[in-house]
Amino acid sequence: MKDIRLMKGNEAIAEGVIRAGCDGYFGYPITPQSEVLEYLMATNTEKRTGMVTLQAESEIASIHMVYGGAGAGKRVMTSSSSPGISLMQEGISFMAGTELPCLLLNVVRGGPGLGTIQPSQSDYFQAVKGGGHGDYKMIVLAPASVQEMYDFAKLGFELAFKHRIQVMVLSDGAIGQMMEKVELDEQLPRLTDEEIVKKYPWATTGKTPDRPRNIITSLDLNPVKQEIININLQKKFKHIEETEVRFERIECDDAEYLFVAYGSSARVCQKAVQLGRARGIKVGLLRPITLFPYPVEEVAKLAKQVKGMLAIEMSAGQMVEDVRLAVNGVVPVAHYGRLGGILPAPDEVIHELEKNFINK
Amino acid sequence: MTEEIIIAGFGGQGVLSMGKILAYSGMMQNKEVSWFPSYGPEMRGGTANVTVILSDERISSPILNKFDTAIILNQQSMDKFEPSVKPGGVLIYDPNGIVHHPTRTDINIYTIEAADEAAKVGLAKVFNMFVLGAFLKIKPIIDDEYIHKGLEKSLPVRRHNLIPENEKAIAGGKKCVKPVQVLS
Repeated sequence: MKDIRLMKGNEAIAEGVIRAGCDGYFGYPITPQSEVLEYLMATNTEKRTGMVTLQAESEIASIHMVYGGAGAGKRVMTSSSSPGISLMQEGISFMAGTELPCLLLNVVRGGPGLGTIQPSQSDYFQAVKGGGHGDYKMIVLAPASVQEMYDFAKLGFELAFKHRIQVMVLSDGAIGQMMEKVELDEQLPRLTDEEIVKKYPWATTGKTPDRPRNIITSLDLNPVKQEIININLQKKFKHIEETEVRFERIECDDAEYLFVAYGSSARVCQKAVQLGRARGIKVGLLRPITLFPYPVEEVAKLAKQVKGMLAIEMSAGQMVEDVRLAVNGVVPVAHYGRLGGILPAPDEVIHELEKNFINK
Repeated sequence: MTEEIIIAGFGGQGVLSMGKILAYSGMMQNKEVSWFPSYGPEMRGGTANVTVILSDERISSPILNKFDTAIILNQQSMDKFEPSVKPGGVLIYDPNGIVHHPTRTDINIYTIEAADEAAKVGLAKVFNMFVLGAFLKIKPIIDDEYIHKGLEKSLPVRRHNLIPENEKAIAGGKKCVKPVQVLS
């Protein structure tokens, strides 16, 4: 029988990481994502799978615990919300420099600063363009439902280890706090230490006489070597751009106008598509699921089909820059966003579409 | 069938848990459900509200600004959500503490004196279930058997001894709901 439950997004991803065979969670509470740590603690992961759940003394400590765990080849993660993720940027950059896999969750709240605890999407630039220093990218997954919060735990770890990269699940307060049905799958076993040695030869699992020492460091003072390291990183990002793009098309086949939205904004737009179609407007929705790699080709393809695109975000206009880069001037691109923790409403979104493209 | 509901009142009135029981019950009856709360400052006093959607189809937006039904338990929520009821929709409210009663003429309006009735029969703690009963009388979209299952799912096992009084309160609410304005 299927195991279907009603869960909050935050609870779903916590259950998801346990079932994905996660070895360790290190985090510090912050609204609107504290349920992740609460759920892991309440479920007693140590007893259930042997997974460590630890409340660190700060976000900075959390990310560096993740750094250490990942260095040993373990499936480790942290979660936070916007201000906490800002604190973690140094650690994330170090993990990018050392190519260590991990899962990061940002349940975004309004900023800047401490801002508000209400949902927002104003951390897009930070997540997608590199919040820390250096030329690096993370894979960024944008769940639009509680089911995807659950699913992206497993997918996130898979991608992280496949490419030796940091994977960020970029959620928001709405997806984190709302409850929906979730279908759970079976428990994956955690890897044994022997399996880790075999699967991840780069991991610091203890030196044996038959191989050189594994050293995890992002420091190389020789610029020639450092350039090679960077070139190889860029090759990896390029490969990810070619192979890992994910998106969902909703009512796009005959669309004359297109919403582009991710996360909870995409859910609002789904309703707006229904409302628009009921009024006779042929509108569709392209929902990027990976924000890096961005579905550039799909946006470019749709630019040849539609008369205009409207990016809907809970920000002052961040993802819309990637839409514009992909569209490259072929059709007009507009943006509509609510700020500071306010969600746009479906009819508001339709009104913006009409204002920008139809009743001009 | 899609029913889009807002439940709003003071923090502590059981607004979120009423929504949770409704969502769990809907799930047990094999419906698609979503439950989206106001969270944060509301939980520390002030107002609380939750959007619950029950549907036979995949739910598009869990975030809405127009509702089929508004269940209102204080004046601030009345001021905020009376205009958000779809024309022809339903507004159910507890008149206790309401100074400005609803004035719209294009919606169906009912009252449930839940606070008074619950106190009268010694069920003040489950006053919110009187309100839920009133809703289920007007919109019988979930069968009693699934409400029972929903209560079982949403209450922790150590609280299952409270299920009978919750059900009693739901039945009480069904009896006490009064029409104020019913569109023909």
